[in-house]
Amino acid sequence: MTKQQANWSPYDNNGGTCVAIAGADYCVIAADTRMSTGYNILTRDYSKITQLAEKSLMASSGFQADVRALQKLLAARHSIYQHQHNKQMSCPGMAQLLSNTLYYKRFFPYYSFNVLGGLDSEGKGCVFTYDAVGSYERVGYGSQGSGSTLIMPFLDNQLKSPSPLLLPAKDAVTPLSEAEAIDLVKTCFASATERDIYTGDKLEIVILNAQGTRREYLDLRKD
Amino acid sequence: MNMVSSSTPATNMNSLMSSEDNIQRTQYPYVTGTSVVGIKYKDGILLAGDMGASYGSTLRNKTVDRIQPIGKHSLIGASGDISDFQEILRKLNEVILYDNMWDDGNSLGPKEVHNYLTRLIYNRRNKFDPLWNSIVLGGVKNGQKYLGMVSMIGVHFEDNHVATGFGNHLARPILRDEWHENLTFEEGVKLLEKCMRVLLYRDRSAVNKIRVCFLFISNVLNDLLSAFFLHILYSSISLDLRFYGVNAAS
Repeated sequence: MTKQQANWSPYDNNGGTCVAIAGADYCVIAADTRMSTGYNILTRDYSKITQLAEKSLMASSGFQADVRALQKLLAARHSIYQHQHNKQMSCPGMAQLLSNTLYYKRFFPYYSFNVLGGLDSEGKGCVFTYDAVGSYERVGYGSQGSGSTLIMPFLDNQLKSPSPLLLPAKDAVTPLSEAEAIDLVKTCFASATERDIYTGDKLEIVILNAQGTRREYLDLRKD
Repeated sequence: MNMVSSSTPATNMNSLMSSEDNIQRTQYPYVTGTSVVGIKYKDGILLAGDMGASYGSTLRNKTVDRIQPIGKHSLIGASGDISDFQEILRKLNEVILYDNMWDDGNSLGPKEVHNYLTRLIYNRRNKFDPLWNSIVLGGVKNGQKYLGMVSMIGVHFEDNHVATGFGNHLARPILRDEWHENLTFEEGVKLLEKCMRVLLYRDRSAVNKIRVCFLFISNVLNDLLSAFFLHILYSSISLDLRFYGVNAAS
Protein backbone atom coordinates (compact mmCIF):
# COMPACT_ATOMS: atom_id res chain seq x y z
CA MET A 1 0.00 0.00 0.00
CA THR A 2 1.31 3.39 -0.85
CA LYS A 3 1.84 5.64 2.11
CA GLN A 4 -0.81 8.32 2.13
CA GLN A 5 -0.33 9.76 5.57
CA ALA A 6 2.58 11.90 6.60
CA ASN A 7 4.84 10.23 9.09
CA TRP A 8 3.38 11.11 12.46
CA SER A 9 4.93 13.54 14.89
CA PRO A 10 4.79 13.12 18.64
CA TYR A 11 4.47 16.89 18.94
CA ASP A 12 1.89 19.48 18.00
CA ASN A 13 1.73 23.20 18.68
CA ASN A 14 -1.59 24.15 20.19
CA GLY A 15 -0.65 27.83 20.42
CA GLY A 16 -1.58 30.34 23.07
CA THR A 17 0.04 33.23 24.83
CA CYS A 18 0.97 33.69 28.49
CA VAL A 19 1.94 36.85 30.34
CA ALA A 20 2.88 37.47 33.96
CA ILE A 21 3.70 40.72 35.74
CA ALA A 22 5.12 41.01 39.24
CA GLY A 23 4.44 44.00 41.44
CA ALA A 24 5.51 44.97 44.94
CA ASP A 25 2.72 43.03 46.65
CA TYR A 26 0.86 41.28 43.86
CA CYS A 27 1.33 39.14 40.76
CA VAL A 28 -0.81 39.11 37.63
CA ILE A 29 -0.83 35.98 35.47
CA ALA A 30 -2.77 35.93 32.22
CA ALA A 31 -3.34 33.69 29.22
CA ASP A 32 -5.83 33.43 26.39
CA THR A 33 -8.21 30.45 26.26
CA ARG A 34 -7.89 29.47 22.61
CA MET A 35 -6.57 26.03 21.71
CA SER A 36 -5.63 25.45 18.09
CA THR A 37 -3.97 22.94 15.84
CA GLY A 38 -2.71 24.25 12.53
CA TYR A 39 -5.42 26.49 11.09
CA ASN A 40 -8.12 24.79 13.18
CA ILE A 41 -9.48 26.03 16.47
CA LEU A 42 -10.07 23.02 18.69
CA THR A 43 -11.84 24.89 21.45
CA ARG A 44 -12.38 28.50 22.49
CA ASP A 45 -12.50 27.88 26.21
CA TYR A 46 -9.47 26.00 27.49
CA SER A 47 -7.74 27.40 30.57
CA LYS A 48 -3.95 27.49 30.37
CA ILE A 49 -3.46 28.64 33.96
CA THR A 50 -3.11 26.25 36.88
CA GLN A 51 -2.57 26.88 40.55
CA LEU A 52 0.39 24.72 41.59
CA ALA A 53 0.49 25.90 45.20
CA GLU A 54 -1.19 28.53 47.34
CA LYS A 55 1.21 31.18 46.11
CA SER A 56 2.29 29.98 42.69
CA LEU A 57 0.45 29.86 39.42
CA MET A 58 1.67 28.55 36.09
CA ALA A 59 0.52 29.60 32.65
CA SER A 60 1.60 27.26 29.86
CA SER A 61 1.36 27.18 26.10
CA GLY A 62 2.82 24.83 23.52
CA PHE A 63 1.79 21.18 23.19
CA GLN A 64 -1.34 20.66 25.31
CA ALA A 65 -0.78 16.94 26.02
CA ASP A 66 2.72 17.64 27.37
CA VAL A 67 1.44 20.65 29.32
CA ARG A 68 -1.22 18.51 30.97
CA ALA A 69 1.32 15.78 31.81
CA LEU A 70 3.60 18.43 33.31
CA GLN A 71 0.76 19.94 35.36
CA LYS A 72 -0.20 16.51 36.70
CA LEU A 73 3.38 15.70 37.61
CA LEU A 74 3.85 18.99 39.45
CA ALA A 75 0.54 18.53 41.27
CA ALA A 76 1.66 15.08 42.40
CA ARG A 77 5.09 16.37 43.46
CA HIS A 78 3.43 19.18 45.40
CA SER A 79 1.11 16.85 47.27
CA ILE A 80 4.13 14.72 48.24
CA TYR A 81 5.86 17.91 49.41
CA GLN A 82 2.84 18.82 51.52
CA HIS A 83 2.78 15.39 53.14
CA GLN A 84 6.47 15.55 53.94
CA HIS A 85 6.72 19.15 55.14
CA ASN A 86 3.17 20.03 56.16
CA LYS A 87 3.30 23.34 54.28
CA GLN A 88 2.84 24.85 50.86
CA MET A 89 5.82 25.04 48.55
CA SER A 90 7.16 28.57 48.04
CA CYS A 91 7.04 30.10 44.59
CA PRO A 92 10.86 30.14 44.14
CA GLY A 93 10.84 26.50 45.29
CA MET A 94 8.23 25.60 42.74
CA ALA A 95 10.28 27.50 40.14
CA GLN A 96 13.31 25.28 40.79
CA LEU A 97 11.13 22.15 40.75
CA LEU A 98 9.65 23.15 37.41
CA SER A 99 13.13 23.73 35.98
CA ASN A 100 14.35 20.31 37.17
CA THR A 101 11.20 18.60 35.89
CA LEU A 102 11.66 20.13 32.45
CA TYR A 103 15.37 19.31 32.30
CA TYR A 104 14.70 15.73 33.37
CA LYS A 105 13.18 15.32 29.94
CA ARG A 106 15.99 17.14 28.16
CA PHE A 107 16.27 14.56 25.37
CA PHE A 108 12.52 14.09 24.79
CA PRO A 109 11.33 17.44 26.07
CA TYR A 110 7.96 18.60 27.26
CA TYR A 111 7.08 20.99 24.44
CA SER A 112 5.71 23.55 26.85
CA PHE A 113 6.43 27.22 27.29
CA ASN A 114 5.74 28.35 30.79
CA VAL A 115 5.62 31.43 32.94
CA LEU A 116 5.39 30.90 36.64
CA GLY A 117 4.03 33.72 38.75
CA GLY A 118 3.41 34.08 42.44
CA LEU A 119 4.45 35.67 45.68
CA ASP A 120 7.79 34.90 47.33
CA SER A 121 8.22 34.27 51.08
CA GLU A 122 8.32 38.05 51.71
CA GLY A 123 5.02 38.50 49.87
CA LYS A 124 6.69 40.22 46.95
CA GLY A 125 5.50 39.43 43.43
CA CYS A 126 7.75 37.14 41.43
CA VAL A 127 7.77 35.90 37.86
CA PHE A 128 9.91 33.13 36.38
CA THR A 129 10.20 32.50 32.66
CA TYR A 130 11.33 29.22 31.11
CA ASP A 131 12.29 27.58 27.90
CA ALA A 132 11.10 24.06 27.05
CA VAL A 133 14.14 22.34 28.57
CA GLY A 134 14.18 24.12 31.90
CA SER A 135 16.52 27.08 31.70
CA TYR A 136 14.87 29.77 33.82
CA GLU A 137 15.26 33.25 35.23
CA ARG A 138 13.52 35.39 37.79
CA VAL A 139 12.20 38.54 36.15
CA GLY A 140 9.76 41.36 36.83
CA TYR A 141 7.54 40.51 33.91
CA GLY A 142 7.52 37.84 31.24
CA SER A 143 5.70 36.51 28.22
CA GLN A 144 5.72 33.09 26.55
CA GLY A 145 3.95 31.37 23.70
CA SER A 146 2.82 32.22 20.20
CA GLY A 147 2.09 35.89 20.86
CA SER A 148 5.20 36.53 22.96
CA THR A 149 7.07 38.04 20.01
CA LEU A 150 4.39 40.72 19.83
CA ILE A 151 3.94 41.28 23.54
CA MET A 152 7.46 41.08 24.95
CA PRO A 153 8.91 44.17 23.19
CA PHE A 154 5.83 46.15 24.21
CA LEU A 155 6.30 45.17 27.84
CA ASP A 156 10.00 46.04 27.57
CA ASN A 157 9.04 49.46 26.28
CA GLN A 158 6.47 50.05 29.00
CA LEU A 159 8.22 48.50 31.98
CA LYS A 160 12.01 48.76 31.37
CA SER A 161 13.49 46.17 33.69
CA PRO A 162 16.83 46.91 35.34
CA SER A 163 19.84 44.99 34.00
CA PRO A 164 20.45 41.79 35.94
CA LEU A 165 24.18 42.64 35.79
CA LEU A 166 23.83 45.78 37.93
CA LEU A 167 25.59 45.83 41.30
CA PRO A 168 24.12 46.05 43.82
CA ALA A 169 21.24 43.95 42.36
CA LYS A 170 18.10 45.93 41.69
CA ASP A 171 14.59 44.70 42.32
CA ALA A 172 12.94 43.37 39.19
CA VAL A 173 9.36 44.08 40.28
CA THR A 174 7.46 46.60 38.23
CA PRO A 175 6.47 49.97 39.71
CA LEU A 176 2.86 49.62 38.51
CA SER A 177 -0.16 49.40 40.77
CA GLU A 178 -2.28 46.25 40.59
CA ALA A 179 -5.01 47.95 38.54
CA GLU A 180 -2.44 49.43 36.13
CA ALA A 181 -0.86 46.00 35.62
CA ILE A 182 -4.24 44.41 34.86
CA ASP A 183 -4.97 47.16 32.33
CA LEU A 184 -1.58 46.68 30.71
CA VAL A 185 -2.17 42.94 30.37
CA LYS A 186 -5.55 43.57 28.75
CA THR A 187 -3.97 46.00 26.26
CA CYS A 188 -1.22 43.48 25.46
CA PHE A 189 -3.65 40.71 24.63
CA ALA A 190 -6.05 42.92 22.72
CA SER A 191 -3.09 43.91 20.52
CA ALA A 192 -1.54 40.44 20.16
CA THR A 193 -4.94 39.04 19.16
CA GLU A 194 -5.02 41.39 16.18
CA ARG A 195 -1.96 39.81 14.56
CA ASP A 196 -1.43 36.38 16.11
CA ILE A 197 -3.90 33.79 14.84
CA TYR A 198 -3.16 31.47 17.75
CA THR A 199 -4.26 34.06 20.33
CA GLY A 200 -7.87 35.01 20.89
CA ASP A 201 -11.37 34.06 22.07
CA LYS A 202 -11.03 34.96 25.73
CA LEU A 203 -8.46 36.30 28.17
CA GLU A 204 -8.18 34.78 31.62
CA ILE A 205 -6.42 36.91 34.21
CA VAL A 206 -5.54 35.62 37.65
CA ILE A 207 -4.51 38.16 40.27
CA LEU A 208 -2.58 36.89 43.25
CA ASN A 209 -2.08 39.07 46.34
CA ALA A 210 -2.11 38.87 50.15
CA GLN A 211 -5.90 38.42 50.07
CA GLY A 212 -5.65 35.35 47.81
CA THR A 213 -6.48 34.80 44.17
CA ARG A 214 -9.03 36.57 42.01
CA ARG A 215 -10.03 35.86 38.42
CA GLU A 216 -11.05 38.25 35.66
CA TYR A 217 -12.12 37.53 32.12
CA LEU A 218 -12.10 39.61 28.98
CA ASP A 219 -13.54 38.67 25.61
CA LEU A 220 -11.06 38.77 22.75
CA ARG A 221 -11.55 38.61 18.98
CA LYS A 222 -12.87 35.25 17.86
CA ASP A 223 -11.45 35.34 14.30
CA MET B 1 -1.27 -5.34 10.57
CA ASN B 2 1.24 -3.64 8.40
CA MET B 3 4.28 -3.12 10.51
CA VAL B 4 7.58 -1.57 9.61
CA SER B 5 10.77 -2.66 11.24
CA SER B 6 12.27 0.03 13.41
CA SER B 7 15.61 -0.30 11.66
CA THR B 8 14.45 1.42 8.46
CA PRO B 9 15.97 4.87 7.92
CA ALA B 10 12.59 6.58 8.28
CA THR B 11 12.31 5.41 11.86
CA ASN B 12 15.71 6.26 13.22
CA MET B 13 14.08 7.88 16.21
CA ASN B 14 12.67 4.52 17.22
CA SER B 15 16.04 2.84 17.28
CA LEU B 16 17.27 5.67 19.48
CA MET B 17 14.52 4.95 21.96
CA SER B 18 15.14 1.23 22.38
CA SER B 19 18.06 -1.13 22.29
CA GLU B 20 16.09 -3.98 20.75
CA ASP B 21 16.06 -3.94 17.01
CA ASN B 22 13.08 -6.14 16.31
CA ILE B 23 10.34 -4.13 17.92
CA GLN B 24 7.59 -3.41 15.43
CA ARG B 25 5.31 -0.45 15.58
CA THR B 26 2.33 0.80 13.65
CA GLN B 27 3.70 3.47 11.38
CA TYR B 28 0.48 4.38 9.65
CA PRO B 29 -3.17 3.44 9.91
CA TYR B 30 -4.51 0.54 7.87
CA VAL B 31 -8.30 0.24 7.89
CA THR B 32 -9.68 3.60 8.90
CA GLY B 33 -12.92 5.26 9.82
CA THR B 34 -13.66 8.91 9.10
CA SER B 35 -15.17 11.74 11.15
CA VAL B 36 -17.24 11.43 14.30
CA VAL B 37 -19.32 14.38 15.50
CA GLY B 38 -20.70 14.85 19.00
CA ILE B 39 -22.94 17.45 20.64
CA LYS B 40 -24.59 18.14 23.96
CA TYR B 41 -28.32 18.76 23.86
CA LYS B 42 -30.88 19.78 26.47
CA ASP B 43 -31.17 16.37 28.14
CA GLY B 44 -27.98 14.57 27.19
CA ILE B 45 -25.41 13.96 24.51
CA LEU B 46 -25.57 12.81 20.91
CA LEU B 47 -22.82 11.18 18.85
CA ALA B 48 -22.91 10.61 15.10
CA GLY B 49 -20.61 8.87 12.69
CA ASP B 50 -20.91 6.94 9.49
CA MET B 51 -20.43 3.18 9.36
CA GLY B 52 -17.76 2.97 6.71
CA ALA B 53 -14.26 1.59 7.09
CA SER B 54 -11.73 2.41 4.38
CA TYR B 55 -8.65 0.52 3.28
CA GLY B 56 -6.78 3.41 1.75
CA SER B 57 -9.30 4.73 -0.75
CA THR B 58 -11.18 1.43 -0.96
CA LEU B 59 -14.37 1.16 1.03
CA ARG B 60 -13.69 -2.14 2.77
CA ASN B 61 -16.58 -2.41 5.21
CA LYS B 62 -19.93 -0.64 5.24
CA THR B 63 -21.31 -1.74 8.58
CA VAL B 64 -18.74 -0.93 11.22
CA ASP B 65 -20.02 0.39 14.53
CA ARG B 66 -17.59 3.13 15.36
CA ILE B 67 -19.63 4.37 18.30
CA GLN B 68 -19.74 2.05 21.29
CA PRO B 69 -21.04 2.22 24.86
CA ILE B 70 -18.46 2.00 27.66
CA GLY B 71 -19.76 1.15 31.11
CA LYS B 72 -23.10 2.55 32.14
CA HIS B 73 -22.59 6.21 31.48
CA SER B 74 -20.41 6.70 28.42
CA LEU B 75 -20.26 6.43 24.66
CA ILE B 76 -17.08 6.61 22.64
CA GLY B 77 -16.80 7.22 18.94
CA ALA B 78 -13.55 6.77 17.08
CA SER B 79 -12.08 7.83 13.78
CA GLY B 80 -8.77 6.47 12.58
CA ASP B 81 -7.46 2.92 12.72
CA ILE B 82 -10.24 0.41 13.38
CA SER B 83 -8.00 -2.28 14.87
CA ASP B 84 -6.48 0.22 17.30
CA PHE B 85 -10.01 1.25 18.25
CA GLN B 86 -10.89 -2.36 18.96
CA GLU B 87 -7.83 -2.65 21.19
CA ILE B 88 -8.92 0.49 23.03
CA LEU B 89 -12.40 -0.96 23.50
CA ARG B 90 -10.90 -4.17 24.89
CA LYS B 91 -8.78 -2.24 27.38
CA LEU B 92 -11.61 0.07 28.45
CA ASN B 93 -14.01 -2.81 28.98
CA GLU B 94 -11.38 -4.59 31.04
CA VAL B 95 -11.08 -1.52 33.27
CA ILE B 96 -14.87 -1.34 33.59
CA LEU B 97 -15.00 -5.05 34.46
CA TYR B 98 -12.29 -4.84 37.11
CA ASP B 99 -14.03 -1.81 38.59
CA ASN B 100 -17.35 -3.68 38.68
CA MET B 101 -15.75 -6.57 40.53
CA TRP B 102 -15.38 -4.35 43.60
CA ASP B 103 -19.16 -4.49 43.74
CA ASP B 104 -19.21 -1.29 45.76
CA GLY B 105 -22.01 0.40 43.88
CA ASN B 106 -19.51 2.71 42.21
CA SER B 107 -19.22 2.91 38.48
CA LEU B 108 -16.83 4.69 36.18
CA GLY B 109 -18.34 7.77 34.60
CA PRO B 110 -17.43 9.60 31.40
CA LYS B 111 -14.89 11.80 33.18
CA GLU B 112 -12.97 8.77 34.43
CA VAL B 113 -13.17 7.01 31.07
CA HIS B 114 -11.96 10.13 29.27
CA ASN B 115 -9.06 10.50 31.67
CA TYR B 116 -8.04 6.85 31.29
CA LEU B 117 -8.27 7.12 27.53
CA THR B 118 -6.14 10.26 27.49
CA ARG B 119 -3.44 8.67 29.64
CA LEU B 120 -3.48 5.49 27.56
CA ILE B 121 -3.08 7.38 24.30
CA TYR B 122 -0.46 9.79 25.67
CA ASN B 123 1.50 6.87 27.11
CA ARG B 124 1.54 5.14 23.75
CA ARG B 125 2.74 8.27 21.96
CA ASN B 126 5.54 8.49 24.55
CA LYS B 127 6.57 4.99 23.48
CA PHE B 128 6.57 6.13 19.85
CA ASP B 129 3.90 3.51 19.27
CA PRO B 130 0.72 5.55 18.88
CA LEU B 131 -2.86 4.38 18.86
CA TRP B 132 -3.95 5.88 15.55
CA ASN B 133 -7.28 7.32 16.60
CA SER B 134 -9.09 10.55 17.29
CA ILE B 135 -11.74 9.76 19.83
CA VAL B 136 -14.91 11.55 20.86
CA LEU B 137 -16.29 10.69 24.26
CA GLY B 138 -19.73 11.58 25.55
CA GLY B 139 -21.56 10.65 28.67
CA VAL B 140 -24.09 11.41 31.32
CA LYS B 141 -23.63 10.75 35.01
CA ASN B 142 -25.40 12.16 38.07
CA GLY B 143 -27.39 14.51 35.89
CA GLN B 144 -24.19 15.92 34.42
CA LYS B 145 -23.48 15.95 30.70
CA TYR B 146 -19.96 15.35 29.49
CA LEU B 147 -18.46 15.66 26.05
CA GLY B 148 -14.77 15.49 25.24
CA MET B 149 -12.13 14.51 22.70
CA VAL B 150 -8.68 12.93 22.53
CA SER B 151 -6.31 13.02 19.59
CA MET B 152 -3.75 10.32 18.74
CA ILE B 153 -0.94 12.18 20.49
CA GLY B 154 -2.92 12.92 23.62
CA VAL B 155 -4.32 16.41 23.04
CA HIS B 156 -7.64 16.46 24.86
CA PHE B 157 -10.40 18.85 25.87
CA GLU B 158 -14.09 19.20 26.66
CA ASP B 159 -16.57 21.30 24.71
CA ASN B 160 -20.28 21.61 23.95
CA HIS B 161 -19.68 20.15 20.50
CA VAL B 162 -16.72 18.23 19.14
CA ALA B 163 -15.68 16.57 15.89
CA THR B 164 -12.74 14.58 14.58
CA GLY B 165 -10.87 14.80 11.29
CA PHE B 166 -12.82 16.39 8.47
CA GLY B 167 -15.54 17.14 10.98
CA ASN B 168 -13.27 19.83 12.39
CA HIS B 169 -13.27 21.60 9.05
CA LEU B 170 -16.82 20.95 7.89
CA ALA B 171 -19.05 20.20 10.87
CA ARG B 172 -17.77 22.46 13.61
CA PRO B 173 -18.38 25.72 11.75
CA ILE B 174 -22.03 24.62 11.40
CA LEU B 175 -22.16 23.65 15.06
CA ARG B 176 -20.62 26.95 16.17
CA ASP B 177 -23.29 28.74 14.20
CA GLU B 178 -26.34 26.71 15.17
CA TRP B 179 -25.63 24.95 18.44
CA HIS B 180 -27.30 26.22 21.59
CA GLU B 181 -27.77 24.86 25.09
CA ASN B 182 -31.50 24.19 24.77
CA LEU B 183 -31.47 21.97 21.71
CA THR B 184 -34.21 19.36 21.92
CA PHE B 185 -33.47 15.78 20.97
CA GLU B 186 -35.12 16.21 17.59
CA GLU B 187 -33.26 19.45 16.90
CA GLY B 188 -30.04 17.79 17.96
CA VAL B 189 -30.51 14.88 15.59
CA LYS B 190 -31.46 17.32 12.80
CA LEU B 191 -28.31 19.35 13.44
CA LEU B 192 -26.13 16.23 13.36
CA GLU B 193 -27.87 15.08 10.21
CA LYS B 194 -26.99 18.39 8.59
CA CYS B 195 -23.35 17.97 9.64
CA MET B 196 -23.21 14.39 8.37
CA ARG B 197 -24.75 15.44 5.06
CA VAL B 198 -22.08 18.10 4.49
CA LEU B 199 -19.43 15.53 5.40
CA LEU B 200 -20.98 13.06 2.99
CA TYR B 201 -20.86 15.64 0.21
CA ARG B 202 -17.24 16.69 0.71
CA ASP B 203 -15.43 13.89 2.57
CA ARG B 204 -14.74 11.25 -0.06
CA SER B 205 -14.36 8.46 2.49
CA ALA B 206 -17.69 9.21 4.17
CA VAL B 207 -20.57 6.84 3.40
CA ASN B 208 -24.32 7.36 3.44
CA LYS B 209 -24.98 5.12 6.39
CA ILE B 210 -25.01 7.10 9.56
CA ARG B 211 -25.35 5.96 13.10
CA VAL B 212 -26.53 8.37 15.76
CA CYS B 213 -26.15 7.28 19.37
CA PHE B 214 -27.26 9.11 22.46
CA LEU B 215 -27.33 9.11 26.24
CA PHE B 216 -29.75 11.22 28.21
CA ILE B 217 -30.68 12.35 31.66
CA SER B 218 -34.21 11.43 32.50
CA ASN B 219 -36.13 13.03 35.30
CA VAL B 220 -39.41 12.43 33.55
CA LEU B 221 -39.62 8.70 34.10
CA ASN B 222 -38.96 9.12 37.77
CA ASP B 223 -40.78 12.33 38.56
CA LEU B 224 -42.20 10.82 41.74
CA LEU B 225 -38.74 11.14 43.21
CA SER B 226 -37.71 14.67 43.97
CA ALA B 227 -34.10 13.62 43.61
CA PHE B 228 -32.59 13.75 40.17
CA PHE B 229 -32.83 10.11 39.23
CA LEU B 230 -30.53 8.89 36.57
CA HIS B 231 -31.77 6.87 33.70
CA ILE B 232 -29.53 5.80 30.89
CA LEU B 233 -30.62 4.67 27.50
CA TYR B 234 -28.44 3.52 24.73
CA SER B 235 -29.99 3.40 21.34
CA SER B 236 -29.19 4.00 17.77
CA ILE B 237 -31.00 5.08 14.67
CA SER B 238 -29.90 4.88 11.10
CA LEU B 239 -30.45 7.98 9.08
CA ASP B 240 -31.25 7.35 5.49
CA LEU B 241 -29.29 10.05 3.78
CA ARG B 242 -29.77 10.16 0.06
CA PHE B 243 -27.07 11.47 -2.17
CA TYR B 244 -27.96 12.40 -5.76
CA GLY B 245 -29.41 9.39 -7.63
CA VAL B 246 -27.10 6.88 -6.05
CA ASN B 247 -28.83 3.93 -4.43
CA ALA B 248 -29.07 4.73 -0.76
CA ALA B 249 -30.54 1.41 0.24
CA SER B 250 -27.22 -0.35 0.83
